[in-house]
Amino acid sequence: MTDRPLKVLIAKPGLDGHDRGAKVLARGLRDEGFEVVYTGLRQTPDMIVTAALQEDVDVVGMSILSGAHMTLVPRVLDLLRARGMGDVLVTVGGIIPDDDVEQLRVAGVAGVFGPGTTIREVADFIRANATPREA
Amino acid sequence: MTDLAGSPAERAAALADASRAGDRRALARLLTAVENHTAVAEQALRRLYPLAGGAHLVGITGPPGAGKSTLVAALIAHLRAAGRTVAVVAVDPSSPITGGALLGDRVRMQGYAQDDGVFIRSMASRGHAGGLAATSTSAAAVLDAAGFDIVLLETVGTGQSEVEVAAAADTTVVLEAPEMGDEVQAIKAGLLEVADIIVVNKGDRPGAQRTAAQLRAMLAPAGEVHGDRPPAKRPDVLITTAVSGDGVPELVAALDRHRAAGATEATPAARRARAAAQVRAVLVERLWHRLASPALTGETDAALEGVARHDIDPYTAADALLAALGREETP
Repeated sequence: MTDRPLKVLIAKPGLDGHDRGAKVLARGLRDEGFEVVYTGLRQTPDMIVTAALQEDVDVVGMSILSGAHMTLVPRVLDLLRARGMGDVLVTVGGIIPDDDVEQLRVAGVAGVFGPGTTIREVADFIRANATPREA
Repeated sequence: MTDLAGSPAERAAALADASRAGDRRALARLLTAVENHTAVAEQALRRLYPLAGGAHLVGITGPPGAGKSTLVAALIAHLRAAGRTVAVVAVDPSSPITGGALLGDRVRMQGYAQDDGVFIRSMASRGHAGGLAATSTSAAAVLDAAGFDIVLLETVGTGQSEVEVAAAADTTVVLEAPEMGDEVQAIKAGLLEVADIIVVNKGDRPGAQRTAAQLRAMLAPAGEVHGDRPPAKRPDVLITTAVSGDGVPELVAALDRHRAAGATEATPAARRARAAAQVRAVLVERLWHRLASPALTGETDAALEGVARHDIDPYTAADALLAALGREETP
């Protein structure tokens, strides 16, 4: 079946104090026809990857405002690969300095979305780049 | 990770065997196949179904906001402390407009990332009414065969008549919040009738004791037992405070009691009802598949067209299609 909805995990790694942006995005992607798993605030990389694995998601989207992205994101990427999920599309949203964006891409992040990105842009990016896996 | 090469039957066998051996990635992939009704899923279920039946399947249902997910989290904590393994299938509704869904039940079930004795899977209802997804029962069978002691099936927030979970579970827990309705609500037909255990959650709120007392009074048998009718269930009514864990040990004890009582019968009624629902679903699917086959698609289309134009009624159309199926069988 190719018309089944793509499944997306929206995660908030680290110690950010609020998740309004992540919730708005989760709701917006729902309206774009995705099945969105939302797991709440203060997730460790291990929690994110375990949720991604159990839910068998096609996409992991992380929202980070704290500035800890260069620590947290590579850790999530490493754990995904270690647990056989290197093919999952990984995106990051938040306030990411330009110098870091390039490093994150090299590390394996497919898309980095800064302030002003519309939900439609994120949805179109996912539809264009995620590959639904068949068992 | 399991090799995903080969025919559907080979991939199904590899995924099923790896799931049984504790490979959580394989289990997750198999559940995706089940959700998507793939050929691999059917082959894997053929292999796994005879190996299932050991788990206690517990349905958790009730209105939105009653505390189902929080209670599931409290149950996980208590069951894990007792050394029992737990799988959760948590269903949330799909949008009838876009097909999208927001699956938010995991928010309340944190803290088990490093514990292989807990496996949580969210499912979107994908247009299925009744409180579960069409594939939830099959997903529960896969988790059962994978060796979990308890499989918790959490429904979407339900109204009065989404009783499907009662057929899917060995034990059905209906959650109510305090002050959700008066005594008349308790004697209406529907959800409360299928409860094996009723839980008044948010027991720290005023009115919890009164709500429980009202439910106990109104759900007591009303009259004599008629010999030709199964006696009405007499559910336990318990009070929990899921956020603190108060009342959860008593709930687990009640679940175990209910399981033990059912296990003494040769074919517990819940398992018979589940078998009927599962076989009926496959039969309907198979019949539709055959009606859409090249040999019959013309007749099927004509019958549907006729009903759509009100030229014939649905009963006449169904009889005609059944007759066509019969002719096809005896050439």
